[in-house]
Amino acid sequence: MNGCPILEMERISKSFPGVRALNQVSLKAFPGEVHVLLGENGAGKSTLMKILTGACLGDSGRILVRGRPVEIGTPRQALDLGISMVYQEPSLALHLSVAENIFLGREVLRGRSLGIIDRKALVRETGKILGTLGLSFSPKTPARDLSMAQRQMVEIAKALSAGSSIIILDEPTAALSEQEIKQLFRVIRELKRSGIAFIYISHRLEEIAGIGDRATVLRDGEAVGTVPASTPMDTLIRMMVGRKVEELFPRAEAPKGEELLRVENLGRKKILQGISFSVYAGEILGLAGLVGSGRTELARAVFGADPRDSGRIFVRGRPVQIASPADAIANGIGYLSEDRKLVSLALSMSVRANVTLASLEDYCLGPFLSRQKEYRAVGRFIRELAIKPPHPERKVKFLSGGNQQKVVVARWLATRARVLFFDEPAAGVDVGAKGEIFQLISRMVAQGGAAVLISSYLPELLAVCDRILVMCRGRIARELSRGEATQEEILYYSAVGS
Amino acid sequence: MAEDHDLENTPGKRLQALSDLARRLVSFFSLVLMALVLSILSPYFLTLENLFAIGLQMSVIAIMAIGQMMIIIAAGIDLSVGSVLALSGVVCTSLLAGGVPVASALSAGIGVGVLCGLLNGVLVSRGRIPPFIATLGTMGMARGAALIISGGAGIQLLELPGAFTFLGGGRLFSVVPVPVIITVVLALAGHGILKYTRMGRYTYAIGSNREAVRLSGVNIHRYLTMIYTFCGLLCGLAGVILASRLRSGQPTAGTGWELDVIAACVIGGASLSGGEGTILGAIIGALIMGVLRNGCNLLDISAFWQQVAIGAIIVVAVYIDQYRHAR
Repeated sequence: MNGCPILEMERISKSFPGVRALNQVSLKAFPGEVHVLLGENGAGKSTLMKILTGACLGDSGRILVRGRPVEIGTPRQALDLGISMVYQEPSLALHLSVAENIFLGREVLRGRSLGIIDRKALVRETGKILGTLGLSFSPKTPARDLSMAQRQMVEIAKALSAGSSIIILDEPTAALSEQEIKQLFRVIRELKRSGIAFIYISHRLEEIAGIGDRATVLRDGEAVGTVPASTPMDTLIRMMVGRKVEELFPRAEAPKGEELLRVENLGRKKILQGISFSVYAGEILGLAGLVGSGRTELARAVFGADPRDSGRIFVRGRPVQIASPADAIANGIGYLSEDRKLVSLALSMSVRANVTLASLEDYCLGPFLSRQKEYRAVGRFIRELAIKPPHPERKVKFLSGGNQQKVVVARWLATRARVLFFDEPAAGVDVGAKGEIFQLISRMVAQGGAAVLISSYLPELLAVCDRILVMCRGRIARELSRGEATQEEILYYSAVGS
Repeated sequence: MAEDHDLENTPGKRLQALSDLARRLVSFFSLVLMALVLSILSPYFLTLENLFAIGLQMSVIAIMAIGQMMIIIAAGIDLSVGSVLALSGVVCTSLLAGGVPVASALSAGIGVGVLCGLLNGVLVSRGRIPPFIATLGTMGMARGAALIISGGAGIQLLELPGAFTFLGGGRLFSVVPVPVIITVVLALAGHGILKYTRMGRYTYAIGSNREAVRLSGVNIHRYLTMIYTFCGLLCGLAGVILASRLRSGQPTAGTGWELDVIAACVIGGASLSGGEGTILGAIIGALIMGVLRNGCNLLDISAFWQQVAIGAIIVVAVYIDQYRHAR
């Protein structure tokens, strides 16, 4: 942390109509530093980063790069100053190769003005960059064949090859498994040594001490303070929300009841093998495992969204046929998918339309919609789930991540499903809303339902689950009870199998 | 929590709502503005006779635009509308020429439209063929069938049953053209379907996020098929109305009209990526094109310039839309 800061943002303010997004926020980053940016959704992190990357203009304040004041009006100018952003969801051209992606827009040309791409040079240069990052895949691999983690690495490689010295990582670990996170951190540490500065946005507080140097906490558009990243987690959380950490995952104990769902010997070619398990009323069952171990695929197969080759499903002891999501819903099974925006929500539609989507027949008279019934039900869900803003006609694309997730939860509660699969329900959701969502799950379970929780975030699973099934390569490697489950245990079985 | 996301009741929010409303009314105001300018330039424009002439001219396009709008809202497209219109007209008139009663001939003409729509729907939903390709295929097949049935030439009717000519040429209270009335009724029905029925809700939802609808347990295939079939029905109806107006079945009728119909939807605020649009918009879009053509005729502007003007209007309409989305 010696020497001159590579980046200084001084007293940045920004107002949107009717709301002050940033108020006199300052931030300094040094070469070789991982500077963590903390704050709940809406605290101003993304606005600050948008100003830094030229995606929007600040109202006042100034930015200095290597001590020189700069104007950043467009994303291009930010790139030219060596500032790159790696988004939470990597935005690669999936049909192009790794090499083509890395050099997209900066292709190495043969014969200057002819516009012919020098493929060999592209592959060679890419190979060098991948080598320095310790990545083993070929520059010719199509991007669609890469895992989420690998795509993220390619984004970082892209930033490096563009000569960036300030790299912003937006929730880089949100979609990664523990294994992949380790790999990512190794790469970050490697790059720190060569003087790259990282601005690291994350909701996962416990990983901050491991990777960060300093942390700046934002709350309501103001910088609360900059502290060492090793600051205890509950102090950081207090700075963010003014609330204690134990309150985050409240869990009402419910007695284990009857068997609601039993899956026997479920299989799908190359993806799932011989899966059997039961879910009981009043319990939260965790599904742990690395990304790609088959957790999502299992949930989707039970729900009828993906095909199965074998397996029988019993609901409350009776065998049932589930060939489509409609069958699953009719049998009281629901599935909240992993990627809200892509798979769950009709973003351009209202909260009301999204909440009633899976149970619309309940709000109809013949083929006609009954607005009255809809409003009554949606109003109740908005109150019970504290969806904000509390307006049934608001389009969901204008809601924060946490509130969008609540809308999806409301949709499934409206189907009166007794068994709900939650696939990464807390991904990209801020700390406050996370607590609320787990509270909702607990409440639903306490009322005689059951939840199956898929999460890559182990502390979450350990805090809320009664039992945890650890999956590895399409099989259930091990069942762990609440008492015996520890992070080490889960990691061991996810990696090694049974 | 996300309190700070709640911009409710702030000036900014109201401004946003206002500009949203303005955008929705932009096409309506352009229509009014055009009418205003034309009524100043030509005294004949604002006569009841001329207004009904515009309505009559545009009714066929507008009827098809109602069905097309629903398909576009569901993130699809139907390129076959013009050909299906021709086929249903040819089928209807050839039956009439063969001495079939009017009611049966009309039903057969409309029925052919329904079948074409059903074919489109099945190809798109169960066949998983992209709508552009599937309806391009139907477009070719329907046009070909119309030419085969008619032998390549128009089917002239020697005897014209009164009930048949009334459909396209009649006037209610000897003032309002029948096709205009049919258009209004169908527009109200289409609006009702989109706004007040489950099918309408699913139409918007499928266009907004198809996978979300599937995972909500909705039979997407069924609803997509229904939407395309409904559009086919409207094209069949438009086809027999046109045949009645032309007093013959023309196998080349409606060539290129699919583009007019899509243009009407786009001018009226549809987004080709789905999830957005209204029936009122489609009607206003069709009227804008009709008024423009009528105005050019009244002012003696050549048909070639009309095409340039309509092309420019499409680009401007979409540009305004993009601008709104970009914010």
